[in-house]
Amino acid sequence: MPQEPAETHRAWSGRLHGLGPVIGLVLLCIAGTLLNSNFATYDNVMNVLTRTAFIGIIAVGMCFVIISGGIDLSVGSMAALIAGSVILFMNAMAPVLGSPLMAVAAGMLLAVVLGAAFGLVHGLLITKGRIEPFIVTLGTLGIFRAYLTYFSNGGAITLENDLSDLYSPVYYASLLGVPIPVWVFLLVALAGGVILNRTAYGRYVQAIGSNEQVAQYAAVDVHKTKILTYMLLGVCVGIATLLYVPRLGSASPTTGLLWELEAIAAVIVGGTVLKGGAGSITGTVVGAILLSVISNILNLTSIISVYLNAAVQGFVIIAVAFMQRGRR
Amino acid sequence: MNSSKLNFTRRLALSTIGAAAFALAGPAVAQNKVTLGVAIPSATHGFTGGIVYWANQAKKDLEKAHPGLQVIVKTAGGAPEQANQLQDLVTVNKINALVIFPFESAALTKPVAQAKAKGVYVTVVDRGLTDTNAQDAYVAGDNTAFGKIPAEYIAKALGGKGNVVAMRGIATTLDNERMDAFNAVLKNHPGIKLLDAKYANWNRDDAFKVMQDYLTRFPQIDAVWAADDDMAVGVLKAIEQAKRKDIKLVFGGAGAKGMVKTLMDGSNPLIQANVSYSPKFIYDAVKLTAEARLKGDKLPATTIIPSVLITKDNAKDFYFPDSPF
Repeated sequence: MPQEPAETHRAWSGRLHGLGPVIGLVLLCIAGTLLNSNFATYDNVMNVLTRTAFIGIIAVGMCFVIISGGIDLSVGSMAALIAGSVILFMNAMAPVLGSPLMAVAAGMLLAVVLGAAFGLVHGLLITKGRIEPFIVTLGTLGIFRAYLTYFSNGGAITLENDLSDLYSPVYYASLLGVPIPVWVFLLVALAGGVILNRTAYGRYVQAIGSNEQVAQYAAVDVHKTKILTYMLLGVCVGIATLLYVPRLGSASPTTGLLWELEAIAAVIVGGTVLKGGAGSITGTVVGAILLSVISNILNLTSIISVYLNAAVQGFVIIAVAFMQRGRR
Repeated sequence: MNSSKLNFTRRLALSTIGAAAFALAGPAVAQNKVTLGVAIPSATHGFTGGIVYWANQAKKDLEKAHPGLQVIVKTAGGAPEQANQLQDLVTVNKINALVIFPFESAALTKPVAQAKAKGVYVTVVDRGLTDTNAQDAYVAGDNTAFGKIPAEYIAKALGGKGNVVAMRGIATTLDNERMDAFNAVLKNHPGIKLLDAKYANWNRDDAFKVMQDYLTRFPQIDAVWAADDDMAVGVLKAIEQAKRKDIKLVFGGAGAKGMVKTLMDGSNPLIQANVSYSPKFIYDAVKLTAEARLKGDKLPATTIIPSVLITKDNAKDFYFPDSPF
């Protein structure tokens, strides 16, 4: 945690800056309710939270990577490739294993394992290979998507119907009235918060982000910590993907397009500093929700020309960032 | 439907004749040497995946049928890359005919004009150039019919009365032509109300979200013009999730194989018709250009591959299980 300035005035304004994304979200929700009375309905809120789950889960992992001073541009392509591979794997394994349920379970496990493996490769190239994370993940961004396109011949990879029926509750079913993806999102965010703030590893991540050399002198295993951070993000991408696949039961070269920018935007809008060192999981979660609320409101109204949708999102991102300026 | 059937039989007949001629007379058949470059966008979504598939299919079939023909297929990820490929095709591969699906109209006009100035015969496919002097021939799908046919079908199916929502693709001239044609038909049906039309980027996930929000916003929707078969996939899932029974009809577009199969099998009551806009037109364009140039002929200045209504009755003519699209 960053040290609070002693002076009361500065402490208060610091807290106000930290509240930037929350205030932004509250204002947006008020605007949404005024514009369309259906906005504040339970169903709509659940729709928005469910669709935020993918980006939100990835953003939690991204938050760690950014706090450690790194970046991962490949998450969208990685999610797409994992989705495609998992679907192909499930289709192939169902007759072999003789049980669709086993095939789906094995496929879900594969999603997480693949994510961790891709993260391991990133981590090794960045630490042992001493290549800038921006370049490593820019490279894999192209590689992952090209392989998905190759596997799908540029079309769509589709999960077989019986498997799809069996798997779809993972996205569509609810527990206590709350859809499964929202529960998973909540659990991932809670786990992320605990790991970041309550474990030695979490402190190492923050230490490396604020000053890598000092961390090294303080006997922090920088390489191991960084590799684990990229693997953690990979696992998050895997979890997001195993929730994504049952939604449409297909993956295509447009799957996960620009997710990396949405995830990074969620982290930064949530108050994490892009150069690393400090950040918050709560902020990241709020940032992710804020981004989907904007497009939800735009879909629920037609007061703004459809040509300007992206501009509205841009204005809101900049406005929220403005509210929390001065924290660097 | 007729044209596609005709093409298919012609293709069969031609390849048989070609093979026979080759077997009998060997290379002695006098033909012009044609080196044909095909410049197309790379396979980034279903439709362009189909374009790449059909371009390679054309290369395979035509090179087999015509020994004097060489086809070189190049795929590009963006307009600048395509312009570079054009230069390479002209200077390195020494092409004398070109079939190009321009990435962007304006950006590719100059590079194509340069190729034409060097004596290359140019056929432009789908997206027209800003200066038509840069091309010899133009082959395109029918975007007006792509918007008109679904509008007419929906108006008729709803008996001239009801609420419709629409999806749009990516803001381009082609998307505007489709939307304008759709609106023009609805003008004649004042009982049909278009509630909204939002962009979903020809993307399944975006269409799912837009449809979810339409369902939240509008309590009564009678028909959806998804305007693309990929978007229709997302639309159908969103309707299924919301368990809404008011929607009677979802009209996609382009005739992707999954949707055509659904139509053939009648497996989803919401899917009753489709409109063709097949990436196969690249195959037709390559074939027409190659055959005309081998004989030293020219193509008509404009060839429109018609978009037609696909229903359960003629769906099998539009079903290509091997194509990725």
